[in-house]
Amino acid sequence: MALPTRDVAGILADNLRLRGSVLPIPARQATRWARELDLPKGGSTVLYTGLMYQLIPCIERLVTIERWAGDTPLARFTGLGRRLNRLVNGVAFVPRPSARERAEYDRVPADVARLLHRAGVEFGYLYEDDLYAGTLAWDLGADEAVAIHARRVVARLRRHGVREVITIDPHTTNMLRSVYPKLVDGYDIRVRNYLEVLAERGLDFPAPVHDRVVIHDPCVYARYENVVEPPRKLLAAAGLDAGEPAASGRLTWCCGGPAEALYPARAAAVAAGRVAQLRETAPECVTMCPICLVNLRKAGDGMRFRDISGYLARAAGIPGATGTAGQADPPPAPGGR
Amino acid sequence: MSTLIGPALAADLRRRGGFDAQACMGCGYCTAACPLGIDMLPRRLFRYVLFGMDAEVRAELETVFSCLLCRACEQSCPAGVHITDNVRTLRGWLLEEGR
Ligand code: SF4
Ligand code: SF4
Repeated sequence: MALPTRDVAGILADNLRLRGSVLPIPARQATRWARELDLPKGGSTVLYTGLMYQLIPCIERLVTIERWAGDTPLARFTGLGRRLNRLVNGVAFVPRPSARERAEYDRVPADVARLLHRAGVEFGYLYEDDLYAGTLAWDLGADEAVAIHARRVVARLRRHGVREVITIDPHTTNMLRSVYPKLVDGYDIRVRNYLEVLAERGLDFPAPVHDRVVIHDPCVYARYENVVEPPRKLLAAAGLDAGEPAASGRLTWCCGGPAEALYPARAAAVAAGRVAQLRETAPECVTMCPICLVNLRKAGDGMRFRDISGYLARAAGIPGATGTAGQADPPPAPGGR
Repeated sequence: MSTLIGPALAADLRRRGGFDAQACMGCGYCTAACPLGIDMLPRRLFRYVLFGMDAEVRAELETVFSCLLCRACEQSCPAGVHITDNVRTLRGWLLEEGR
C-alpha cells in the first residue's frame, strides 16, 4: 500500500522550503566526494552537482522505510509526521547509509571532475553552496516553494561570481537550464552538462574499454534537454561497443524511478519492463542518471548497471574508476528488493 | 459526485501556470505510448477539467501523481498537447486546493 500522497508530497515540499532540500543531508556528507580534489571555491565556471548522486543512498533508505510503513497502521499517521517534520528534520532519524553504499555514488562527481580536468576545463566548486535544485518538489507541482528556492540558489551563484555551471545529471541540468529561467528574473547563467562539454572538447582515452554494453537514455536528457548524441560520441571514443535497445534516443522508455517516492510498486513494474528490453541487446547497461541507475539496478536481476562516468574514467586511465571490470555492485539497501 | 459543468476549474488551472488541453482530439496515441498505460490521461481527465468537473478530477489523485513525467506521450501526440505541464499544474491544484 502507498502512503497518503498529499502528506508525503507535503513533507518533501516543506523540507525544500524550510531546509533547502527535499531530503536535507549535512553539507559535510554532500561534499565529501570533493575532499581529495582540492577544487578552488567559486569562480566564473563551477561544477554543480545539485547533490542528486550524493542523495541516492539516503533516498533508498527512505523508500525502504516508506514501503514498510505503508503496510502498517503507521500509514494513518503520515499527516502527524508532516507536522512534526516542520519542527524537526525527520531525515536526521533515517539510519545512515554505510560507507560502501555511499562510495559508488560519491565517486561519480569525483570521476566527472577528473575527466573535466583531463579535458583541460578549468572550474571551481561551491562546497556548502552546491544546493539541491528542487527537482522532486517541481515534479510534484509545488511551484511556489521551488520558485523561492531557485532564487536562493541563484543568489548564491551570483555571490560567487558564477557565469557558467557544468552539471552532472539530467534533472539538475533541466532545472537550471530550462526551469529556472521561468522562475528567476534576469536569469543569465549558462548551463551545460559535462557530457556536452567533454564531447565538444574531445578527450584522450589511452585505456580504451572494449566491453559490449547497451545504452539507457534517461527521459529527461532525451526528451527534455536533447542530450542524445554526446554520450554516444564519448562511448565510441572510449572504445565501447555500445548497442541500442528497441526504445532509445528520443523514443526511450522510462526507468520508472519518478514514481518510486509515492508508488514504489508501479516504479518496480516499469523498471522490470525496461530491463527486459535492455537485456535483449546486452547484459551490461550504461546509465546516465542516478535515479535510472538505482531503479534499474533493483529490477535488474543478473544484469549489470554502471554510470557512464565510470566507463569514461576507466578509459581515460583514471585510477580506481567505478567502471572497472569485475567490481561488484554495491549491496542493496536493507529491506530493498 | 459533482457533475458541475463550468469553466471555473480550467480558468483556475490556467492561472496557476498554464493548462492547454483544448487541442486534444482524443486519438489515444498518448495512452499507447505510456509505460504505465495510463488511459485517464489526458483524454478523460483533461476533459473533466475543461468541463469543470472538479470532484471527478479529485477522485483521480493517484492517476495524476503516478505519472512519470517521462514525456513518451508528448513524443507521440499529433496535437502538441503539453501533457506533462498539465499534469504538474493539476498536482499543484490537488495539493493546495483540490481537497
Ligand atoms: S495523443 Fe495528444 S491529441 Fe491524442 S489523446 Fe493524447 S493528448 Fe489528446
Ligand atoms: S508522461 Fe505520464 S502520461 Fe505521459 S507517457 Fe509518461 S507516465 Fe504516461
